[in-house]
Amino acid sequence: MDIDLITNILYATIRTGTPLILVAFGEMICEKSGVLNLGQEGMMLMGAVVGFVAAVVSGSLMIAILMAILAGICMSLLFGFLSITLVSNQVASGLALTIFGGGLSAFIGANYVGIGIEGVPPLVIPVLSDIPIIGKALFQQDILVYFSFLMAGILFFVLTRTRLGLNLRAVGENPEAANSMGIHVHGIRYMAVMFGGAMAGLAGGYLSLAYTPLWSDGMTAGKGWIALALVVFASWKVGRIMLGAYLFGIASIMHLILQGTGFEISPSLLAMLPYVATIFVLVLLSSNQSKAKLNAPMSLGVAYRPQL
Amino acid sequence: MFKLEKRPFDSKVMSYCSPLIALVLTLFFGGLLFASLGHNPFEALYTFFIMPLSDAYGLTELGMKVAPLLLCAMGLSICFKAKIWNIGAEGQFIMGGLGGGFMALQFLNAESSWVLLPILLFGALCGLAWAGLAALLKTKFHANEILTTIMLNYIALNALLWGVHGPLKDPNGFNFPESAMFADAAILPLLHQDYRLTIAIFFGLFAMVAIWTLLSRSWLGFQIQVLGEDKAAAHYAGFKENKLVWFALLMCGALAGLAGVSEVVGPIGQLIPYISPGYGYAAIIVVFLGRMHPLGILLASMLMGLTYMGGEMVQIEMSLPKSITGLFQGMLLFFLLASDLLISYRIIKVKKENTNQSATASSAV
Repeated sequence: MDIDLITNILYATIRTGTPLILVAFGEMICEKSGVLNLGQEGMMLMGAVVGFVAAVVSGSLMIAILMAILAGICMSLLFGFLSITLVSNQVASGLALTIFGGGLSAFIGANYVGIGIEGVPPLVIPVLSDIPIIGKALFQQDILVYFSFLMAGILFFVLTRTRLGLNLRAVGENPEAANSMGIHVHGIRYMAVMFGGAMAGLAGGYLSLAYTPLWSDGMTAGKGWIALALVVFASWKVGRIMLGAYLFGIASIMHLILQGTGFEISPSLLAMLPYVATIFVLVLLSSNQSKAKLNAPMSLGVAYRPQL
Repeated sequence: MFKLEKRPFDSKVMSYCSPLIALVLTLFFGGLLFASLGHNPFEALYTFFIMPLSDAYGLTELGMKVAPLLLCAMGLSICFKAKIWNIGAEGQFIMGGLGGGFMALQFLNAESSWVLLPILLFGALCGLAWAGLAALLKTKFHANEILTTIMLNYIALNALLWGVHGPLKDPNGFNFPESAMFADAAILPLLHQDYRLTIAIFFGLFAMVAIWTLLSRSWLGFQIQVLGEDKAAAHYAGFKENKLVWFALLMCGALAGLAGVSEVVGPIGQLIPYISPGYGYAAIIVVFLGRMHPLGILLASMLMGLTYMGGEMVQIEMSLPKSITGLFQGMLLFFLLASDLLISYRIIKVKKENTNQSATASSAV
């Protein structure tokens, strides 16, 4: 393999990993607060379609990105109302969100299939982008990729160094204790769910505005679900989510790598790879039950109703 | 001010009313949606829910949609009863279709309808094997079945795409991603020659009665019920959890696989890239909406089948996108979950001053 190919593979890996990172960050925060939102896929699809439609209608990518985030937040509020306020089963509510999001996004986007737009342009950072091999991968990306780097730093800081992060974790571990400490459990959970929605919406927007600037039904193709597995794989840690997302990124661009080596295989078979990898990762992780449980927030998936 | 109060016991009445409330809310918001798109909401709802059923053709078409939904939903109901969150009916359906279609392609010159037997069996077996993978991952490696079954769905979809683009593609098909048309003998018999409804509907009805008997009248069914309601009690009673997980998933896989192959050797007649309009996912809603009860599931399958036909109808009559189907299905599930709250909680009215009084009273104490 020559240098150019390696450079391109690194570049594509980062791009493919970014939507996974964004949505997994959102889900991580959500799960840290004790809420398991299986609706990532639905929120991503809504972000993707609303962002795309906004881009076509307004012509402004900035507005499009904001609308994608907003769409994700609106969807997450539906889920939050159902699972937090109405104490519905979180698994069922999340599934409902995914099914609903799939239907609604296909409906909204029906007249926008096959339209092309100018995608988010790369923002080349001078000097640094000329570094061989890693320069293109790290410093010739679009603004959303840089945002994912920034978000990693922010989340790490908030989770480990601030009171907000402490409260968030307290709510996810033991909501009763958190409540008695004067923490507003539902408030924190709503905020976490909304953050998850915003990130999923942004990830969807990344797909339809930057990664492949177009809209097609179900274009997220299970990325929301892969992100859910990724959070478990990363044992709720920021750095490991990045690492895991890039590994999945490599699995998704295998065709690019194989092209370089001249090896031919059906694209449909290669497309299975990220899903197979996800199952493989789940098997590796879950075989060791006690260790898997150790890292999970204690009250994950358990509804909390304040005693009056 | 309104407040939620936990009922001392879950309300049985509410658990039957809740799907009706959900339906009414869906109709209401669906009407609002049509109105916001500039259509008369009553006319639009009529077009969506009534018009598809106005003649015999419509009714048989509904039966055609009910058959796969009923098969998948009956299978899922076993899993959900045991609190095994199998989201994989879609993948099991596709694998059934792919396997059955593969078998049907081996009998392109068949003269006798007996070939249907190996075709249907192999289809069901493929669905069963696909669910078996999920069972293996769950019992042997403790992998979360929600995630594994979803992943298996995507893998199955790609397997079908690989098949119709590759080895199963019709050599005389001008390079379209489709298999050859199956032999007439390898197609399920029609109930009536004027309509597309096949005997698959009987598979569904038979499955309904069989699973009903199994769950409510057999020792195995009892064990599944206990496992779902109280895992600890099931362990204490010495029920073998892994065995039950295997059973529930395999049964569901076989039924979903049968649904898949019946679709392929039924209305479709060949292998194409997309053989399911999301029946496996819609069946999840059917199970919840039907309260996991066979009769409820039958009714819910009809409603869900109707949403597919309604989507097609508003596309033809009002040139709205067909995907409105998914929107109605999503709304149904959403409103159902919301109104399910009323099963274990009731809403009571509290006056503001009252709460103040009780607060002062309790602080005085």
